Amino acid sequence: MLPPDEPTAEIACTVNGEAIHTQVPLRRSLVDWLRHDVGLTGSHVGCEHGVCGACHVRVDGQVVRGCLMLAVQADGATVETIEGARDPLTLALQDAFFHHAALQCGFCTPGMILQAAELLAQHPAPTRAEVREALSGNYCRCTGYQPIVDAVMAVSAILPAK
Amino acid sequence: MTHIGQPLPRAATARLVAGRGSYLDDVSARGELHAAFLRSPYPHAGFRITGTAAASALPGVVAVLTEAELAAVCQPWQTKTGSASGMVSPTQRALAKDAACYQGEPIAMVLALSRAVAEDAAELIEVEWQELPAITNLALALHVDAPPAHQGLTSNLAWSTEMKGGDIEAAFAAATLVVEDRLVFTRSTGVTLEPRGVLAQYNPASQALEVRISHQMPHQLQRHLADLLGVSLARVRVICPDVGGGFGLKMHVYPDEIAACAAARLLGRPVRFVADRAEALLSDIHAREHIVEARMAVDAEGRILGFDVQDVQGLGAYSIFPRSSTTEGVSALRSLGAPYRFSAYRGRLRSVLQNKVPTGQYRSVGHPVGIAVAERLVDLAAAARGEDPLEFRRRNLVAQAEMPWVNPLGARMAELSHQQCLAKLEALLDLPTLRNEVATMRAAGRCIGLGFASIVEFTATGPEGYGRAGVLVAAVDTVVLSLEPSGEVTARASISEIGQGTTQGLAQVVADAFGVAPDQVLMGSGDTATTPHGGGAWASRGAAIGGEAAWGAGRKLRAEVLAAAAALLQCAAEALDIQDGHITDANGPRMSLAELAETVTFRGYELPTGVQPQLTVAHHYRREQDTALTTNGFQASLVEVDPDTGIITPLRHWAVGDCGRLLNPLLVEGQVRGGVVQGIGEALFEACRYDESGQFLSGTLADYLLPMAGEMPDITVAHVETPYSGSVLGAKGAGEAGTAGAPAAILNAVNDALAQHGASVSELPITPGAILRALGRLA
Ligand code: FES
Ligand code: FES
Repeated sequence: MLPPDEPTAEIACTVNGEAIHTQVPLRRSLVDWLRHDVGLTGSHVGCEHGVCGACHVRVDGQVVRGCLMLAVQADGATVETIEGARDPLTLALQDAFFHHAALQCGFCTPGMILQAAELLAQHPAPTRAEVREALSGNYCRCTGYQPIVDAVMAVSAILPAK
Repeated sequence: MTHIGQPLPRAATARLVAGRGSYLDDVSARGELHAAFLRSPYPHAGFRITGTAAASALPGVVAVLTEAELAAVCQPWQTKTGSASGMVSPTQRALAKDAACYQGEPIAMVLALSRAVAEDAAELIEVEWQELPAITNLALALHVDAPPAHQGLTSNLAWSTEMKGGDIEAAFAAATLVVEDRLVFTRSTGVTLEPRGVLAQYNPASQALEVRISHQMPHQLQRHLADLLGVSLARVRVICPDVGGGFGLKMHVYPDEIAACAAARLLGRPVRFVADRAEALLSDIHAREHIVEARMAVDAEGRILGFDVQDVQGLGAYSIFPRSSTTEGVSALRSLGAPYRFSAYRGRLRSVLQNKVPTGQYRSVGHPVGIAVAERLVDLAAAARGEDPLEFRRRNLVAQAEMPWVNPLGARMAELSHQQCLAKLEALLDLPTLRNEVATMRAAGRCIGLGFASIVEFTATGPEGYGRAGVLVAAVDTVVLSLEPSGEVTARASISEIGQGTTQGLAQVVADAFGVAPDQVLMGSGDTATTPHGGGAWASRGAAIGGEAAWGAGRKLRAEVLAAAAALLQCAAEALDIQDGHITDANGPRMSLAELAETVTFRGYELPTGVQPQLTVAHHYRREQDTALTTNGFQASLVEVDPDTGIITPLRHWAVGDCGRLLNPLLVEGQVRGGVVQGIGEALFEACRYDESGQFLSGTLADYLLPMAGEMPDITVAHVETPYSGSVLGAKGAGEAGTAGAPAAILNAVNDALAQHGASVSELPITPGAILRALGRLA
């Protein structure tokens, strides 16, 4: 329930292909709004200050930190979360993460996969070092990163060269 | 056995990659209130709450609670353990009363319709503070002039002990070489990516408390909630959903979590508290704050004679409940030098109160400290003798023929494979080639170091560990299995899943014990209402203890099913088998498990009179010998130090371990690599820093540095498998060895690099500043 007096604004946007038209509290971050109001809990909150990458979502096709953006800023935007990301790269990465055990607790994973998909979309054949560099804005506390790099390299290996 | 030992991914992670997990903050309750805490801004201060009207008046605020209100429904608690008798640890409360003894200690809470409003209101609570002198610096805390961490104490010494065996004076008198060092360990913390959180609901009509919480051991918490809130144990349900990392951090009793449960009880409404990152860093347990002065005696042949160690350990403001922070100090001393043969040991531990957040059990409890100290001394001794560090170790490692070997501390070393692990490590490293590479890089002017660490870890603690100390921690586990009418098996385990993959290992064990594929075994855990009482996740116990329970349950279910099938098929049970989901005999499949279960469940009249198959069975496992299972291993680290910036780059890392039978090598390797990286973080980056006035300086992830993908090396992992002979499966603990050994390997590698410049460091984390100071490039 929204507290009384909480200032809100109206936004209209598309989330995972669905048109949404609603009031949002001015100070609610995009990721909090997606999680608590839209009910898409696949994006996570690990720091709320733009360091960990757990909150990654796509806004107009770009991966952004959902904790650093306000929900009101999504007005007019097309938003995609891990639940709605059905592009072949994301699906291949999800499969590869699963088979390489590139996750343990899985809290970092949705953000990590979206970031990796963006990397592979731009650079289909990165080196291991480039993968590590590209994922350095996403913290994982469990895996030590190596299986994540393995999973991304495995998907890269089956991509047609650009 | 066809599934045990297979590298299968954890089945449940299919949900998690799809963003379909269910973590604590993913579920809400209708009518829930959000909690925010007013936390002490001072490390030590008396206080009086003078006004809550402004906070209460804020629209959206439902309640403002202080200790006085919570006292009606919540008892205080105090940490006591027979393992540290006489320990001084003052009473703790969900909200502090009259004085706050660390920065971040909660003193009041607001319940509101949103977290944002609750935070706004918390700032409006009026408090009169009387700042008191605070002691945070560990090196000064025992000084006679040090202010007490709690008013009324005459000393900050909470507990001290001496652990000894053999004739230490004689050992040092006989030594031809004595090496010594003083090592300083700065606090670090677990930083689970998912912060702590709880959603508590109390139903006054049924007097039942339901608590969803991101926690490692639902049953332990159930017991404490029942005791503290005065609810009968069976009416407390604790549910641990998908847990976004635990590492020991989520196994303690935290005041804010208890306060949320107490508020739910008081208000009869659901209460949610999810720590934000700043308050997590400020209020999660910290760990591993030690100053260790250690000496090692060595004879003319290069044999270790004994260790003489003084450890001052920072506890923070309280010894953590219920397990006691002192456990870490004892574990550090016990693991120190444990791979080696020696005849005398004296370790003095002083555990000290400070005005900082309590320290507590964190992945590999104490081992990283003890191992770093011993391995540093070993390298010093090798260097003093002009000897290869691996040769020195090889001579001193307890040999297989000498085992079981009880060291002077009474620790029993059995079924360890030091020599095989060392041989495997040397083969992995291709040592002659690697040494050439190092020489070439050094010749090119690079500051390169190679470091080693030998490890013994005490895992899978049995009932005697906490039980004899009077601490209510279960070291036993039970698995309940049901054959469902579909022919699938549902399993409910008192072991819990925090991402380490134990449930997958157990599914593979059940699969083999019973006779189905692992994907036919659906694992449930983490819910006191559906699983029997047991230990949960701690001390790397899932495979060694939970695995045995799973095996026993699988065999029991198999016997029941075969007896029922024999009755239906009118043959001897001995002639039947269960294979791949079917009852088979010598001629092949006779009926599917689904057919059998359907008959029993829906058409029981087809069974002969007197045949009552038990399609739900339980097996409880308690290890009857060996207080802990020792595991062993070696790590090696190759690092580069930049003498201009002081930055250390880990180039490569190797880990060879023996954790007994591997239930699932894919998941064990994940544990090792993740653990190593946590250990590298501890060695190079991670520090909970306070300034001299006690202000916490590491309250964001920009200040508390975690290892990132770009700066971590690939880690080569290999295994030696020496099954534990005292159990059916032979598994030992695997989850913490990576963290146990990595700091030592890194420290030795950095010192190997610095030795080229005649310099050394002995403080963790090893900061660029410390490197530059050691090199004389910074004052
Ligand atoms: S939650 Fe957004 S970067 Fe951490
Ligand atoms: S899998 Fe736990 S944080 Fe990455």
